[in-house]
Amino acid sequence: MSQIFYRGTNTIAKVSIVTIVFLVGALITAAYILGRGSYNSDVAVVKEQPVPFSHKHHVTDDGIDCRYCHTSVETSHYAGLPATEICMSCHSQIWSNANILEPVRASWRSGESIAWTRVHDLPEFVYFNHSIHVNKGIGCASCHGRVDQMPLMFKVNTLYMNWCLDCHREPEKYVRPREQVFNMAYVPPANQIEFGRKLVAEYHIQKLTDCYTCHR
Amino acid sequence: MSAKNSEKTALNLDQLRARLEQGKGPQYWRSLEEVAETPEFQAFLEDEFADRTPDWLDPANRRSFLKVMGASLALAGLAACTKQPKEVIVPYVRQPEEFVPGRPLFYATAMTMNGVGTGLLVESHLGRPTKVEGNPDHPGSLGATDYFQQASVLQLYDPDRSQVVLNRGRISSWISFQSALARELAEADLDKGAGFRILTETVVSPTLGSQIQDFLQLLPAAKWHQWEPAGRHSAFSGAQAAFGRPVNTIYNLENADVIVSLDGGFLACGPGNLRLAHDFAARRHILTNTQVPYKPKEDRQEGYQPGPAAPYRNQAATHVLEDNSPPQQVSQVYALGISPDQVTQPRMYSVEAAPSPTGGMADHRFVLKPSEIEAFAFALAAELGVSGVTATSKHPAIPAIAQDLKAHTGRCVVIPGDFQPPSVHALAHLVNAALGAAGKTVTYTDPIEVRAEDQLASIKELIGEMNAGQVKTLLILGGNPLYTVPADLDFKSALDKVPFRAHLALYNDETSEYCQWHVNEAHYLETWSDTRAFDGTVSFVQPLIAPLYDGRTANEIFTTLAGEADKSPHDIVREHWQTASKSADFETYWQTALHDGIVPNTSLAPITVAAKPSALTHAPAPQGLEIQFRPDPTIWDGAFSNLGWLQECPKPETKMTWDNAIWISPATAEQHGIATGDDLQIKYQGRAITGAAFLLPGHANDTVTVHFGYGRTRGGKVCDEIGINAYLLQTSDAPGQGSGVEIAKTGGTHYFSTTQHTQTMESREPVRTATLEEFKKEPGFATEKEDDKPLPKYLTLYPDYKYEGYKWGMTIDLNACVGCSSCVIACQAENNIAVVGKAEVGKGRHMHWIRVDRYFKGTMDDPELYFQPVPCMQCENAPCELVCPVAATIHSGEGINQMVYNRCVGTRYCSNNCPYKVRRFNFLLYSDWSTESYYPLRNPDVTVRSRGVMEKCTYCIQRINAAKIESEKENRRIRDGEIVPACAQACPTRAITFGDINDPKSKVAQLKAQIRNYSLLEELNTRPRTTYLARLRNPNPEIEKG
Repeated sequence: MSQIFYRGTNTIAKVSIVTIVFLVGALITAAYILGRGSYNSDVAVVKEQPVPFSHKHHVTDDGIDCRYCHTSVETSHYAGLPATEICMSCHSQIWSNANILEPVRASWRSGESIAWTRVHDLPEFVYFNHSIHVNKGIGCASCHGRVDQMPLMFKVNTLYMNWCLDCHREPEKYVRPREQVFNMAYVPPANQIEFGRKLVAEYHIQKLTDCYTCHR
Repeated sequence: MSAKNSEKTALNLDQLRARLEQGKGPQYWRSLEEVAETPEFQAFLEDEFADRTPDWLDPANRRSFLKVMGASLALAGLAACTKQPKEVIVPYVRQPEEFVPGRPLFYATAMTMNGVGTGLLVESHLGRPTKVEGNPDHPGSLGATDYFQQASVLQLYDPDRSQVVLNRGRISSWISFQSALARELAEADLDKGAGFRILTETVVSPTLGSQIQDFLQLLPAAKWHQWEPAGRHSAFSGAQAAFGRPVNTIYNLENADVIVSLDGGFLACGPGNLRLAHDFAARRHILTNTQVPYKPKEDRQEGYQPGPAAPYRNQAATHVLEDNSPPQQVSQVYALGISPDQVTQPRMYSVEAAPSPTGGMADHRFVLKPSEIEAFAFALAAELGVSGVTATSKHPAIPAIAQDLKAHTGRCVVIPGDFQPPSVHALAHLVNAALGAAGKTVTYTDPIEVRAEDQLASIKELIGEMNAGQVKTLLILGGNPLYTVPADLDFKSALDKVPFRAHLALYNDETSEYCQWHVNEAHYLETWSDTRAFDGTVSFVQPLIAPLYDGRTANEIFTTLAGEADKSPHDIVREHWQTASKSADFETYWQTALHDGIVPNTSLAPITVAAKPSALTHAPAPQGLEIQFRPDPTIWDGAFSNLGWLQECPKPETKMTWDNAIWISPATAEQHGIATGDDLQIKYQGRAITGAAFLLPGHANDTVTVHFGYGRTRGGKVCDEIGINAYLLQTSDAPGQGSGVEIAKTGGTHYFSTTQHTQTMESREPVRTATLEEFKKEPGFATEKEDDKPLPKYLTLYPDYKYEGYKWGMTIDLNACVGCSSCVIACQAENNIAVVGKAEVGKGRHMHWIRVDRYFKGTMDDPELYFQPVPCMQCENAPCELVCPVAATIHSGEGINQMVYNRCVGTRYCSNNCPYKVRRFNFLLYSDWSTESYYPLRNPDVTVRSRGVMEKCTYCIQRINAAKIESEKENRRIRDGEIVPACAQACPTRAITFGDINDPKSKVAQLKAQIRNYSLLEELNTRPRTTYLARLRNPNPEIEKG
């Protein structure tokens, strides 16, 4: 009786074992990349908006403060999106005929809100509060990035829980003086950790990692 | 459910009685089944969710099941890869002033129920009302609410509410109705309105009152009638008999040392019930300076002292407790209280036929048949020497009660129940006068109603005229008379004889069906109005939202009648007060009153009335079985029957949900061979209804009690076809009670969903009580019971966790809690708790985060009643946390047992391991995610839970976090009392206290240091953060009970 397997079968078996291990690994890696990458997290993805609003133009060129439009950022959990009225406070005077601003004028005329697409979208079971972060010395740019340099708005951070916890565990790495919170161009000092520790003590910043801090 | 019934074990009541009398079985028991240890009860005891009937009853075969499973598995894999759905933000076009998105605003308004207004503060999130709270400045609320007020916000969003004007069942419009009304008016004008009738509920609104009066001047021959099914007809007639004029009676319980309640029920319902409960409990918050029970040193493990209130003792009394000093030296720490020897507490006697929260709080509860209550009142009056009153029979306790009352002249009060006959009310007035209570514990004012009247006479007159064909136009403004008018008056056939009938109502209900016109009414949260509190204080009713369905008010109908068709409700109320207020600066007056929720100086001045002894006649002797009619404890006269929250709220006395029943005493049931759930036919005065019996310990013998509000046919999807309609038996000659009832078993059975078997903690003495005498002898009774097992106290392998920041804790004072269940519904409203329905409740799957356990103690025929609210205990050594495989329930640094929904995979191990049975599981998708009108109702600060997750009390973490953020922004600690959980906020008796037990000055820490403080199941070493203050009773030593 001749042999069932010829000599070369050994090689095939070895190669296929390696290949399967490699494939499984590749699949896991691919899933991880897909899950953590911007396909899922929307980081650096520009979403279509009714008006191509440029933060770069309004903040850098015009020098408008964040709080002119995001009025409730210091008092409420929700930073607030400007009412059409706020847009119209300038745009009834300037660029009042620009085609690009027609949705704003339409909203003003009809009384119907502009439906903006949410860029920073937390899951429903997360209860984030802007006011406490701003009051404890976390700058806008720490989470939202250099919005003043974005012609169109996109997310720079994943907003995943490990990203939140990075700061909630070691706030000294990111905290800045309260008066610098709305300064987009703030550069942390070289001795940030040391400086941060001082601010953490001064502002009574706690390392809140209890589930109920954000989930309820 | 049919399977359940067939397995039901018949109770042998003789054996039960013997067991209870011999002191076998549990000392505190919840149901007869528990005492009997029936298999059903055992099943619930052994398994929290005993019924394992599969929820999926679709007759799918294995093959199709596998096909579906395969497909859904594949799809589930794909679905996991989907991204978060796109979400849009819609900012305002013009943002209203004071609106900060994300921060709620509170508006003062008021709700009128049964002719009494209660001031409220309603929480609004961007213009949508989500939660009702009491207005602390309002005399009728003092910050508390009852469950009707809590559930009223659900009524606003009820999808079954009437949404359009209907003419003969077809959609019409308000304008068409207005023109139809104008035609009627023009016709009525010819004979000065001789055929024009208006039927309202009790009117207390000054604006509506003046509009009605104006209209009656316009058409002098027109008539206005009032009908309130659970109205105070007897109180009116009783005052007429005693004083010759109607009065409004206000009780000042804070000054009452002895209270006699003649079927009063005042702690749970009736005018000013929240205030009465508050005043009643105010003197029961007993603080003593006794130190905690002293334990020898070897019993104390290092780092932990006896009792759960260690932090306070640690900080305040370390120097004493650390050595082995005798207890006396610690006492100066507890200087805030009085010595136990000096403790006093008002005494209450309650006479009633059916158990009630008021009876439960009484120190002596006498179970009397309805007919005997009047005899009791006569005998008491006679004993107290009220002239012209003779007693026919005398209860053995009367001399002692009379003596007690006499000993407290001027500091005692007799309170008659609203549904007692007029003679009892008159006797109570006479007795109060004789006891010098008038002006002290009882004050009288003019009636708060615009026109106080005997509404029974009023409706009888109206129906007489309708039958005689004298009524051409009938406007029914609110109410549901076709359903609620006593059966003998036959409103339906009288209504047929009226050519023009219009009905203004929240629901397209039984009455609307028989009217040509139905006008959808605006809910009180949608419109402007005004109302009066129990003491006459006026509150403006201010809307929280524009009418959802363009609803209308009675005010608008009257402006239409007055020819001012387009006047808005706002202008109507404002213009009335512009004249009525006589204020020079009306704008300030109006704005201040709106802001504060009360109109200053509008409470009615006390008046002096002289009791005129009139000949009071005894009711004829009862024949056969007696019957008493009462509004339902949770859904009242039917006005709230379509509200799932109230349907599912276990009724305080029976713990029954989604049903009403024929209450009957065990002894009478035994006599007739009746068991709980047996269908009975009740025959009374030639009419009969069929309903199921419910055996209620502590109910009077030879008596049945039936409740209104059920058996609806057009009430809405929630309430139709459930329960029995007691109005079909009620007669106008004796609306509260009667006799000559015949009962017969029909052979059918009915399944009740009660919560009295579920979530029990076996017989572990959950409630601890002592009489004042016992308390004085042994102040530490709550924790020092002789039969407390000697356990190795607080033994643990791990070092204690040090709570350095806040350490949240709660106390519940059982001496104050009256078992009203407001907390249950307040919690449901605050925490988006789902309604599960009758079948699911029957399986023990109701979702309430706080439940109120009711315990009986003593014999089956005359037990004592105790109430105990049980939320999550937030154990420091929480058994639930140890068994969660995914760490979905873990402990916070502030000692809260956190439940993380997004981690929970639904193993239910935690709930299995919870000795208090306070965890609730979403077996099915209980939250209504599809009914759009409910979306705005939800509290945006709390997750709406989905299927498959566990949930439980969080100590209202959203409120804790909100307070923490505000305090941190101001760089300070949270002040004591700044955080009030929803249950504590609603509680009229202030029985629930919440706070930081790390702060020795906080109220909760001080209460936990009280000697009455004890933990539930302390022997399990769970170290609950929620603890109880033991109940004290003050029985009269002269009265030997039993």
